[in-house]
Parts: sequence; C-alpha cells; structure tokens
Amino acid sequence: MKINREVLDKIAHLSRLEFDEKDAEKMMQDMTAIVDWVEKLKEVDTEGVEPLTTMSHEINVLREDEIKEHLSHERALQNAPQKDADYFRVPKVLE
Amino acid sequence: MKAYATFREIQHDLQHGTITCRELVRHHLDIINTKAHLNAFLSVYEDAALKQAARIDQKISQQKAGKLAGLVVGLKDVLSYEDHPLQAGSKILNGYTSVYNATAVQRLLDEDAIIIGRQNCDEFAMGSSNENSAFGPVRNDLDNTRVPGGSSGGSAVAVQADMCRISLGSDTGGSVRQPAAFCGVIGLKPTYSRISRYGLIAYASSFDCIGIFGKSIDDVALVLEVIAGPDEFDSTVSKKPVPAYSKELTQTERKTFKVGYLKELSTSEGLQPEIQKNIVAKLDQIKAAGHAVEPIEFPLMDFILPTYYILATAEASSNLSRFDGVRYGYRSKNATDLLSMYKKTRSEGFGKEVQRRILLGTFVLSASYYDAYYTKAQKVRRIIRDKTKEILKQYDFIVMPITPTTAFKMGEHTNNPLEMYLADLFSVQANVVGVPAISIPCGTDQQGLPIGLQVIADDFEESKLLQFSDLLLNMN
Repeated sequence: MKINREVLDKIAHLSRLEFDEKDAEKMMQDMTAIVDWVEKLKEVDTEGVEPLTTMSHEINVLREDEIKEHLSHERALQNAPQKDADYFRVPKVLE
Repeated sequence: MKAYATFREIQHDLQHGTITCRELVRHHLDIINTKAHLNAFLSVYEDAALKQAARIDQKISQQKAGKLAGLVVGLKDVLSYEDHPLQAGSKILNGYTSVYNATAVQRLLDEDAIIIGRQNCDEFAMGSSNENSAFGPVRNDLDNTRVPGGSSGGSAVAVQADMCRISLGSDTGGSVRQPAAFCGVIGLKPTYSRISRYGLIAYASSFDCIGIFGKSIDDVALVLEVIAGPDEFDSTVSKKPVPAYSKELTQTERKTFKVGYLKELSTSEGLQPEIQKNIVAKLDQIKAAGHAVEPIEFPLMDFILPTYYILATAEASSNLSRFDGVRYGYRSKNATDLLSMYKKTRSEGFGKEVQRRILLGTFVLSASYYDAYYTKAQKVRRIIRDKTKEILKQYDFIVMPITPTTAFKMGEHTNNPLEMYLADLFSVQANVVGVPAISIPCGTDQQGLPIGLQVIADDFEESKLLQFSDLLLNMN
C-alpha cells in the first residue's frame, strides 16, 4: 500500500506531529516500505483465531479502594514547563 | 583493583575488609572518566555514589548490610530514580527529574546496591544500534567504529568496560540481549510480568521487560531474585513466588536437558558464517555432555518481525501520546495555540525514528486499517505463542542465534529503517511470546568481535534457564 501525502497528513494530525516537505517525502517512502513489509501477515491463515490481547498471567487484579498519599500536588507540578501555584498552564483554549 | 569473576567474591572481600565499597565505586568512576569517549553514561552520580558507599561500608562493619551491599549498578535512561534526571534518550524530556523510584530501583536500594549513573540508550528504547539517542551514539569498547547494539547500548558497554558491575536495561524486542551479544556480556530478559514495570518509561507495554546485564550468571541470578515479584503498583506483574535463583544455581544435581535448535540454522541466509559455526559447535558440545539435541521446525519465523512491529508501534503510539508539552519536559516556544503547541512540541522534541514508529502505530490503529493490521497481528501473535509454547512443552530450551551478525559499523544501517529492523530477527520471538530468554557469550568471529548465543525457556523457568546458561559457559 502506498502511503501518499493525504494519508500521511491525516495520520500525522492524529499523532499530533507535523512534517516539512523534505521530511514528509522520506517519511512516506519509509512508511510505504514498512507497511508493504508487514502486509506479509496476510499469508497467515487466522480463520477462527481469537486475537491475543493481554500477556499478563494475572486475571482480575483487584484491591480495596483505600485513600492513600501518593504524589503530592507540589511534586506533580515540579516538572511542568509552565505552571502557576495550582495548575499546569497551556495556551488559551477558549476565546 | 583485582578482577573479580563474581559479585560473591567481592562480597567475600568486603566482609573480610580487604576492599571497601568506596574503593569499588572509585574504581568504576575512574574507568567511566577514562572511557568517557564511549558515551555510555549521560549522568554520573559521583558524589552521591561515594557517600552511599561510605554509608554501606559502615553498615558492613556493623553486620547490618543488605544482600546487594557493594553492588555498583548503572541504570538505563528509562528507569526512574527519585530526584535524578530521566529522559529516555530524548529531547522531549529535557530537564525532567524523576519524582519517584521505579520498583526495581527501589528494591536494589533497599538491599544496599549503589547506583553510579544513568546510561545512554536509543530514544524511548527504539533502535538496535544506539545511534538514535538525542545525546549521540554509544561506541563499542572493543572497536570504537562499531555500534554496541541497542537499545540498551550504554548499559551493555558499561558492563563490558567495567564501568559498573551490573546494568539494568529494558528489553522490548531484544534491547538487552542484542547489545549484550555485541559487547560480549550476559543479557537476561525474564518472563513478561516477572519484574514490575512501575517506573519504567513505557514503549510497548505488552512486550516491555526490565532486563539485567552482567558478567556472571551468579550476579544476574542474585539481582533477579531481588527485583522480581509482586508489586501493588503494577497490576500486570506476576504474583508467582520468586525462587531464590542464586541458591538454586548452586544445587548441582546432575540433570540432562532436551534442547531444540532451529533446523534452518545451517541454511539460513544472512546469518554470518562464524555465528552459525560457533553455535553448531556449541550444540555438539551440549550433545557430548549428555543432553538431547534435536532440530525443530518453526515455519512462522518470517511472520514474527512484522507481528512485532505492528503491535509494538501501535502500543508506542498510545504510550507516547502523554508527551505533549503540558505536564513535563520540553515545550516548543513556537506555538500559537494549544494544537500547535502539541504538534510543535512533539515534532521538535521527538527524533525521527520515534516519529516514524508513532506514525506507523497510529496508522495500524486508525479506523480504516485497525482490523487489517492490528487485529490481524494480535491473531498471528496468538498462533506464534501457541506454536512456541508447544515446542517448549517438548523441549527444555530452544537454542538459536541472537543476532544475524556481530557488531556492525556505525552508520551502516542508519539510512534504511527496515534494514535496521531485520537486525532483531532472532530476538523478538521471546517478546512476542512473553517467555524468558538470555544471551550469553559464545566465542568471537574472525575479527575478534563477540558472538552471542540465545537460549529461550518456558514461562517462569528462569531458574532452569540460568542453570543451563551457567553450564554452557563452563563448557569451554
């Protein structure tokens, strides 16, 4: 399957990434080659096979819902690129 | 300082006062300094490690020391160590400091290990050569023009060059075993869910395993028994009791094992001739030692890598969505609104290989292609797992190469991502299936570059795997 500019732009938007002309060209080439390669899986007969969705050997791991001290407010904000006393700051969302 | 074969010997000398933890740390720090050109460490905790060493020396003299007292450990840049920097080899985590300890790290500290520094790796553990780090490539200590393997390249080189006794890395598709082979050290990937992933930066959560680099099986066994086991912070981690691996290693009742090897070993294209030769020779030795050695067929070999790359990139695209410039790390200064902040932060912060995998993962998860790629790969994963487990019911171990070639030249595969992916041909099966696997040194090629031999065992059979590895290493 050929990954063209339209597909790339759509996927890039969903991924919250953007590419200039030069990078887009290389990315489309690489993606096309990789997608063609993984299409090899079509050769495997998977009729009636259930998808394997978890690798853990544990089932239904439950615990009491207790209030515990985890990360403090201050600690959680410590690495923020922009913050005020209580919140993470981001560019204005609503006009 | 004298060369120690095992950490036990070090502990013996520590107990008898012929060496101190401070001297050990000083020894490793000196090598880190003289071999700075290898670029294996991103941070060296010189003062803190020396202080910790002094504290532990005191504990040893008071007979109060933990079971890893004096063990000098390096951490791959994906493991959280409270109040120390953590970046996953990426610019997008510029300035990030861990606010808690990974469970594995906490358990090392609780037993008085000394953490000496943070090790370079491929960005977000994505790569097979350690050329994808935002901090520049790591060099193989045996030949500085060659790669150390990846993604845990810094961790492998650190053990190779004696910059620390043990490294913790992570193995999602071979990232511990492959660099271990390229550097001539031991690399263990335990069973999926054997070690808590709490505090490990996620790449592909259904594959990710913390792994251990060392120079002796005994060291690796000891560290595994300390860091493995149940953890309330990881709901996927196994609740199975953790055996005393290092003790079981010394129980030497004579056992014979049944070993299977890939029938295609002798005809496999792209496999370096010396690797094939050394492994065949090792299989002969195993047979001569009284074990059963039989060829096995695995017709699904060609489908393992595509399955891995579909599922791992899908999980990566989801895991890496958290790096958006809001809560931590890098934020672009060029943004005009929220959407452009996300896009510019991620496009400027992530390297190209990471972007490629996020795109591929988003593609296979997008509505129009989900069933054709993602669900299909999950189905093939089940078939691969069932077939592999079937073999492991009949055989104690599967023996195979871990890499198709020995350490390649820097820059050799950097322009062709697909070519680089093929370097993982033999390593990903254990991750796709979830079973434990180890890479141990098995001679060298004509240029003197180390060859690794891979042994795969069934779920939670680390004890048997380590015993057999020890046996193989003592066969020469």
